[in-house]
Amino acid sequence: MFFKKVAMASAMAIAAGTAYADCSISGRVNVVGNEFPAIQAVGAAAQECTGGEVKLNLTADHQKVNVAGMTGNPAEYTSAIIANSSIVALMNEDVIRPLDDLVAQYGQGLKKNQLITIDGKVMAVAFMANAQHLVYRADILEQAGVEVPTTYEELLAAAKVIKEKGLMENPVGGPFKAGWNLAQEFNNMYIGHGGEFFKTGTPEVSINNEKGIATLEMMKALSEYMNPDFLTHDSNATNAEYRAGNVALMHMWGSRAATMTAAEGVSDEVKNGFAIAGPLTVAGGDTPATTLWWDGWTVSKNISDEDAAATFQALTHAIRPEMLNDETSSLAVWLIDGYEPTEAAKGVFAAANSGSVPYPMLPYQGLLHSALGTELADFMQGKEDAATALADVEAAYTAAAKEKGFLQ
Amino acid sequence: MKHKTFFWFILPTALAMLLFIALPIVSVITQSLFTPHEQVFKTVENCTPFKCTQSTTIDQEATEALREAQPLGRFVGLSIYLDRGHLAFGEVAQAWQSRDGFGDFFNKIGNLPFYRAMAFTLSYTFVVTPLLIILGFMIAVAVNSLHRHLKGLVIFFSLLPMIVSPLIGSLVLFWMVDSRGVLGTGLQWLLSNPDLSLKASTGLTWIMLMVYGVWHSAPFAFVVFYAGLQTLPKDTLESAMIDGATRWQQIRYVVIPHLMPLVTFVALIQLMDNFRVFEPIVGFNAEAHAQSLSWFIFNDLGGETRLLSSASASSVLTILGVAILLSPVLIRTWRDFNSKG
Repeated sequence: MFFKKVAMASAMAIAAGTAYADCSISGRVNVVGNEFPAIQAVGAAAQECTGGEVKLNLTADHQKVNVAGMTGNPAEYTSAIIANSSIVALMNEDVIRPLDDLVAQYGQGLKKNQLITIDGKVMAVAFMANAQHLVYRADILEQAGVEVPTTYEELLAAAKVIKEKGLMENPVGGPFKAGWNLAQEFNNMYIGHGGEFFKTGTPEVSINNEKGIATLEMMKALSEYMNPDFLTHDSNATNAEYRAGNVALMHMWGSRAATMTAAEGVSDEVKNGFAIAGPLTVAGGDTPATTLWWDGWTVSKNISDEDAAATFQALTHAIRPEMLNDETSSLAVWLIDGYEPTEAAKGVFAAANSGSVPYPMLPYQGLLHSALGTELADFMQGKEDAATALADVEAAYTAAAKEKGFLQ
Repeated sequence: MKHKTFFWFILPTALAMLLFIALPIVSVITQSLFTPHEQVFKTVENCTPFKCTQSTTIDQEATEALREAQPLGRFVGLSIYLDRGHLAFGEVAQAWQSRDGFGDFFNKIGNLPFYRAMAFTLSYTFVVTPLLIILGFMIAVAVNSLHRHLKGLVIFFSLLPMIVSPLIGSLVLFWMVDSRGVLGTGLQWLLSNPDLSLKASTGLTWIMLMVYGVWHSAPFAFVVFYAGLQTLPKDTLESAMIDGATRWQQIRYVVIPHLMPLVTFVALIQLMDNFRVFEPIVGFNAEAHAQSLSWFIFNDLGGETRLLSSASASSVLTILGVAILLSPVLIRTWRDFNSKG
């Protein structure tokens, strides 16, 4: 009797499952995108579609291949999964199509705030949000007798106490690797100081000012409490430092919060002490020193309308509310209908609710990001002063922007 | 060989070289002389999950016409070569005029990416190349004097650094020299300095990269020299022994002169390879301390906004650099060839 019930229940569940997973397409789908668990879940859901082949190329090097793979006609990739920084490269090269018609035809289930509109046209469909925020060791802060910091100044004070009490040698962590990560930390801190990257409405850079210098001084002060190898530490490496119990206060990506201590060999102390807080402010400012991010998908311009429709249908299917289950819910802060925030999402929500600004979607922001990544390392090593470093960044950006035709 | 036979013999090679070497170089040179069109901007409203904002974007319709008219982009001549990311003549001239002694001048030059990269690349090339030749030679002589049962095994292990792909090899070493890794901790203990970090110091990072370079390339020199040792003239060596030459004297006066042409060959290849040093910089995450022209190309193409013209200019500069570096050796070989002829 019991067996019968179970069998019936599972049969019904399977039937229900296939009913939900019903997605038939007639066309070619080939998606290129970044590689982290949330995107892998979306890709796997897109592959449930039948009637056409759904190919995936999910790799950390997606930005090196997506523009090239979408430039030809017909394009190799029918879709690229991107974020607010990387959609700019696709917009600059004009390789993605407006989705308004497809949204009207197949996208009834999408929420208004999922549609990324540029100049009144829907150019991408977002499915998750992300932001950097503080994660910390509650047990260490308690031992040190300090409150959970809400500003970077408090964080420095807390780090000082932890170090002086001998609890940890390098209590502060963060992705400070020379290159993209270091530049992103500068962006965060500069926004926190209320800085503007460009002269209003122009591609002329203006970061060599008091706010820029204060930003660098704060980053330097933080690095004094970091592992001396901090310029080689990206998110993976800082995450490992945290897992090893070497770090008590860390600026980290929300998308990593759920798996922060989920690895073999992480001690119970680290696991139980793990806690999430919102982003920090700096220098008495109101805007948190962080940026808001969304991840979403686009559809190529240089493909047939059938392939575009198939791609849109498959990816809409991939982010339907039913794709959320116990396993996928904690992977990201989903923008999908019916998403219930998990404990791991606290930091990203705090960032969104405390007035954080999105990463700027300017055509030339990427060039400034690259220039920051290469030119700030000298300052962080103490080889030059802040003003020289910022002047170097401006000069490097200006040379690149002239080459790209952004500046005359 | 008759001219006609020679022509048909060389034709496939010549065609392949034209297709896969000459044409790409021509294309790279062309690319380095052109840049994208001036971008036309417009202000639009962007709406994201967070909020709607006014933002600048590229006016694709306006740029479309420009692209149609000149698909290659704007012709800019050598200006990419001369900009701050490359030869930076303007900045060098300014540094010279506003100099406060030579130290200050070199400081300012060292702050320009191209010259900083050159400083590392040339030091790397001129330290690593001689060391790897010496080390390769020593291994070759040592292995050659081993018992024949042992030789196979030792040769296999000596070749391992070259068999392991450079990126993997450098990553393995990178983790070992981490301040929490085996070698890193070992060094800290050895020098009783718990704060020692190879990765945080420019000087130590350079040394680490050079040691890696020697470790990785020595097997190549070893294989070449070992092959050369098999053709050693036995009678010369035996007469040297009869004359009472010590082992060192045999090596100095018989073995080394015999291997000299091979040394030139290894030096040529390794100068070229070492000038293009790239994988260890990526593998050791050393870009904060050491950069090379190859790394610049990678960086220009890997950013969110790709700089094709800049990458092409760096490629052409690399080719020129290799040509300059090899010219003394090539001229010498040419002279030797002529004097023999």
